[in-house]
Amino acid sequence: MTDSIFEILENKKLARDVYCMRLSGDTSQITRPGQFVNIKIDGLFLRRPISVCDAGGNVLTLIYKVVGEGTRRMCEMRKGVKLSLLTGLGNGYDTSKSGDRPLLVGGGVGTPPLYLLAKKLVSEGKRPCAVIGFNTKDEVFLEKELKALGVPLTVACADGSYGEKGFVTDALPGDYTYFYACGPEPMLRALCDAAHTSGQLSFEERMGCGFGACMGCSCKTKYKNKRICKDGPVLEKEEIIW
Amino acid sequence: MVNTKVTLSGLTLDNPVIPASGTFGYGYEFAELYDINILGSFSFKGTTKEGRFGNPSPRIAETPSGMLNAVGLQNPGVEAVISEELPKLKKVFNKKVIANVSGFSPEDYAYTCERLDGEEQVGIIECNISCPNVHGGGMAFGASPEAAAEITRVVKKVTKKPVYMKLSPNVTDIKAVALACEEAGADGLSLINTLLGMRIDIKGRKPLLANRTGGLSGPAVFPVALRMVYDVYEAVKIPVIGMGGIMSAEDIVEMMLAGASACQVGAANLVDPFACKKIIEDLPRVMEKYKIKSLEEIIGGAH
Ligand SMILES: Cc1cc2nc3c(=O)[nH]c(=O)nc-3n(C[C@H](O)[C@H](O)[C@H](O)COP(=O)(O)OP(=O)(O)OC[C@H]3O[C@@H](n4cnc5c(N)ncnc54)[C@H](O)[C@@H]3O)c2cc1C
Ligand SMILES: Cc1cc2nc3c(=O)[nH]c(=O)nc-3n(C[C@H](O)[C@H](O)[C@H](O)COP(=O)(O)O)c2cc1C
Ligand code: FES
Repeated sequence: MTDSIFEILENKKLARDVYCMRLSGDTSQITRPGQFVNIKIDGLFLRRPISVCDAGGNVLTLIYKVVGEGTRRMCEMRKGVKLSLLTGLGNGYDTSKSGDRPLLVGGGVGTPPLYLLAKKLVSEGKRPCAVIGFNTKDEVFLEKELKALGVPLTVACADGSYGEKGFVTDALPGDYTYFYACGPEPMLRALCDAAHTSGQLSFEERMGCGFGACMGCSCKTKYKNKRICKDGPVLEKEEIIW
Repeated sequence: MVNTKVTLSGLTLDNPVIPASGTFGYGYEFAELYDINILGSFSFKGTTKEGRFGNPSPRIAETPSGMLNAVGLQNPGVEAVISEELPKLKKVFNKKVIANVSGFSPEDYAYTCERLDGEEQVGIIECNISCPNVHGGGMAFGASPEAAAEITRVVKKVTKKPVYMKLSPNVTDIKAVALACEEAGADGLSLINTLLGMRIDIKGRKPLLANRTGGLSGPAVFPVALRMVYDVYEAVKIPVIGMGGIMSAEDIVEMMLAGASACQVGAANLVDPFACKKIIEDLPRVMEKYKIKSLEEIIGGAH
């Protein structure tokens, strides 16, 4: 983990209430997909945790949804603004368990970390496929980008306005070796019930520090207590207590 | 050259900067970032007789200039602290630590303090009688002078180490509790713990924290903490460790002028993991700016 200054290169709207921020800075601490950064925002006391969507060559990409004061301030930030980020937080996804044909499942703003994950899996010679779900057509993002990696992709919209009608669990393919997921907890739970393989899931929790010092984000697992920020955010299907 | 050394009950610290209990874990997360031996000392996470998971989530909420926490004393229990955490800590920290202890009965406090009394790494025992986040214990003892004195007495009986009682700001008269602890034999006092507070989720129409209430800390509480340290310094003769909302070297100087012999830094570590390091490095500059040669000289200087 490190604290470093990033400069905004671009901050643009992607979908309804969803923005993509590209920043330049030291990304060397980001070692695995599924890790997150913790952003200091002027005037707010706690940092805001956001997953790494893409990182490399000193460019970091974040995709975030405006849900409250912090993300509202973020969406108003212009090119050139400098931000303090703690980077290299969290365990991230372990790609060694994926098998040849892993399935990636994203729900809403849980989709961004799957982008770097897909890139990594492809670079390891694996053939990931993905299902991403949204409420409605205006909320869909990352579809083109994931397809551009050569990942077969199904988009599901709950209201049927685009792609398959229904939830991600209604659109799962039959054939996959492992799964990786990030999204709202009800989706993660339904997915664990529906999936026929083991897998890894990324969770959210309110955080004080984001790096393991305050016990603000603890959860119980079948084996031991874990801190979502340090021992997570990625947990294995088998250890989760719903 | 300025002198940043201070002394707490015979223990000399290189500087008065001490990370506060619950905001620095057992030190390792920070030891990965900088050499934590630059700290005056540090107060480890509140330790109880048995291990505890703590409260359900969410445990954290933001507030203007601060935060609420309702962690509820999550810790592995005193045996695991002694057998696992202290030996690991020894590898990264070669100074004495402050052992922060909590309990649910006088016997709990006595048991945990007696176990820690045997640990050479422990320089001071800090008895938290002020945790607002556990029911049937913690703050209950800090809320009345009689109960605070009782805990002080039972702990003093089982340890030769200096005993500092950590006081709650959630009382009408903190001086009365401070005096009761002093009379019962406390070697020093730590204050303040967090202020009981709440946030409500407007959309969900429910408290944000699963525990409903939590403890407020961060810069929002600094003036309250300063006033309490000022009052307690006047009331007692034993040393006071001041804390609550400290974010900068200037805040340390201000807290010492109010009467603190040393200071703890809590929530600042969570938002800036380098906060204590920056404060320590900045202290000489601030001392020179205000023509302070030795920090010990300014303790209680505002009285
Ligand atoms: C590991 C992790 C990765 C995340 N990745 C992303 C991402 O890639 N894109 C994205 O849009 N969002 C992501 N989130 C959620 C994001 O952190 C929150 O939406 C954001 O903190 C809201 O801040 P706010 O000030 O706008 O909202 P407010 O409600 O005003 O925030 C108040 C406080 O609550 C906290 N908070 C509110 N919602 C959440 C939440 N869902 N999870 C954790 N803390 C919350 C805030 O951090 C802040 O401390 C992630 C959360 C975690 C824990
Ligand atoms: C997340 C968190 C956990 C805490 N845990 C403890 C604890 O275990 N024992 C204790 O005595 N105080 C605990 N405290 C209180 C702090 O040690 C300190 O008294 C208080 O936060 C005021 O200082 P600050 O404003 O600098 O944070 C905790 C505070 C926070 C923010
Ligand atoms: S947020 Fe502090 S330990 Fe996870």
